Amino acid sequence: MSATFVGMPPFPVAAREKLADSQLRRNLAHATGTIRARRAHLVAEVDASVDGGWEALRLAGAAVKETALLSLDRQLVTLEEALTRAGATVHWARDAEEANGIVTSVVKAHGADEVVKVKSMVTQEIGLNEALAAEGIAAWETDLAELIVQLGEDLPSHILVPAIHRNRAEIREIFLRTMGDAGRPAPADLTDTPAVLAAAAREHLREKFLRAKVGVSGANFAVAETGTLVVVESEGNGRMCLTLPEVLISVVGIEKVVATWDDLDPLLRLLPRSSTGERMNPYTSMWTGVTPGDGPQEVHVILLDNGRTRALADEVGRQALRCIRCSACLNVCPVYERTGGHAYGSVYPGPIGAILNPLLRGVGHDPQIDSLPYASSLCGACFEACPVLIDIPSVLVDQRAKVVDAHRGGLPKPEAVALKAAAAGLAGARRLAFGERFTRLGLWFARRVGASAWTSARDLPPAPPESFRQWWSRTDGGRR
Amino acid sequence: MRVALMVTCVNDALFPRTGQAVVTLLRRLGVDVEFPAAQTCCAQPMVNTGYLDEAVAVVRTFVSAFAGYDAVVTPSASCAASARHQHALVARRSGDAGLRAAVDAVSPRVRELSEFLVDVLGVTDVGAYYPHTVTYHPTCHSLRMLGVGDRPRQLLSRVRGLTLLDLPDADQCCGFGGTFAVKNADTSVAMGADKARGVRNTGAEVLVAADNSCLVHIGGVLSRQRAGVRTVHLAEILAATE
Repeated sequence: MSATFVGMPPFPVAAREKLADSQLRRNLAHATGTIRARRAHLVAEVDASVDGGWEALRLAGAAVKETALLSLDRQLVTLEEALTRAGATVHWARDAEEANGIVTSVVKAHGADEVVKVKSMVTQEIGLNEALAAEGIAAWETDLAELIVQLGEDLPSHILVPAIHRNRAEIREIFLRTMGDAGRPAPADLTDTPAVLAAAAREHLREKFLRAKVGVSGANFAVAETGTLVVVESEGNGRMCLTLPEVLISVVGIEKVVATWDDLDPLLRLLPRSSTGERMNPYTSMWTGVTPGDGPQEVHVILLDNGRTRALADEVGRQALRCIRCSACLNVCPVYERTGGHAYGSVYPGPIGAILNPLLRGVGHDPQIDSLPYASSLCGACFEACPVLIDIPSVLVDQRAKVVDAHRGGLPKPEAVALKAAAAGLAGARRLAFGERFTRLGLWFARRVGASAWTSARDLPPAPPESFRQWWSRTDGGRR
Repeated sequence: MRVALMVTCVNDALFPRTGQAVVTLLRRLGVDVEFPAAQTCCAQPMVNTGYLDEAVAVVRTFVSAFAGYDAVVTPSASCAASARHQHALVARRSGDAGLRAAVDAVSPRVRELSEFLVDVLGVTDVGAYYPHTVTYHPTCHSLRMLGVGDRPRQLLSRVRGLTLLDLPDADQCCGFGGTFAVKNADTSVAMGADKARGVRNTGAEVLVAADNSCLVHIGGVLSRQRAGVRTVHLAEILAATE
């Protein structure tokens, strides 16, 4: 059975373990470096060929999502009406438990004991596979990387490339060891050539595609005016799941809605360039309810909140709901590149995860969640890369303030004592005394809070004989 | 033009030579810079750690110290960015309309040194002489919050005797990040070690940047590695003469 993120330690602790894994560091640096270079090339191409360039496209994408979010109440009702008209059954789920319960009851109603799955972040967010397993239903991941993660009883470490932390030798070993237990075994002469590995996965998966009665998907976008769901993918395995089964169940976060068909235009141009570094993704599947005689004849759509209305109520943080899960912010993040995704303890890792998890789940009750807004040097590379202009550094700072506010009133930590003392000293400084006071405070902080953390791998510069303000006063600003 | 030096708390206590260099440089360029002694800190350490209430009094001190100046010059891109982009946030939190107005008046006048030299004084050749090989690390806040662009490189390229070497992956963060450096020390050091390797590979004698906070971190790693590379603030190179 697959592993779970439940009970992960706070980021600094999880990161320490991952930083020691030199193979992981190499895999990540290679993979993110490659995607970064491809993306940069395509952004430059848009700059040269589109009016207003990449910036204009980002503005258009952000505006489309922002417009939908600010009228979400109306968009969702429009979407429900359009879906119902097109023959789909719409369900509303407040949280993971409700959504999992709906999926389970639909699967059971058809007497099925397995489902095939399109790669989907939201079903991982709600722990659908585990919930189905508890009811005796097998959920088969069909995205190649998700299959690697599932077979390896591993956890995803990247939004787009969940097995980014694995190299091909590791993947060959996982296939040889585990495929037989899950279905068709890998051929005994399996090599670690990418095409050979992909062929083994194809044989293994095809058996499941042809057998499964029920498919489960998420959606990249949901068009309110037409009731159309959109899945964007690279392999075609998603297309198989969306067309072959008799029954299709799609779990859709309510922030996935866009108002109109035309709104897809900027988003479908931004997404592949930002995620895989391609002009266009190989497979874009769009379906509107049930089409008689073609594809699944029973279509269910579960519209899921699970913290999204909480995030929407956050004035600064709500922009995180614009996210189109491209993972450009992961690929440019210097913290992610060194720790990998597991350290974030969530299916949403990296800079977007550092804001999305606290926004969806709230701060002040879980040290792991509270550690995430601090898992950033605030370098700003994520904001620069984001195709829908999410100002991640500003949201991080705002979430930090919410973490601090949530803990006000209890026993203060050494950090709080130090920063409050610093603030008091800095607010009430009296000229000359300030320099020494600041230095003393710095030394106190270094001894009590940060000394070993700083000096275990870094030297501190020697303290100067006099502060700047002492020098200014002694020499009249250098004039004597 | 009345010009104030905002030396920053870190430079005041730990790097007075950087402040002295700004004074020397600006006087040489005909600017009679003043040092308002009531100044303390830009409040960024509080804001970026989440202590917004605590930051209010610090910002109050800041705007009262620098009220009435035409320009506030600082040898720190990060502190300039804090004043320009975060003080409004703190003022909003205070709910004090007076503080909001004061911040609106002061924060747009804050200029990082290279911005002040290139945009306000209109100079790139400041008459400096520095006979060393140098590599330049563009700090994240100079690059992405202030957008100083290539101003520091323009200034460095006009320094006589100076050889400027390209730093690979220059725009990658060094890993300092304020309290990030202690709250996530292991990740911070891993980033710093990669940055230090890049610096060593250039073969430069000196690493220069517009922020001593980043330099104290990278320099701390370089020093621990006995790398023999010095870290020097941009102001000190621009102030140096034959």
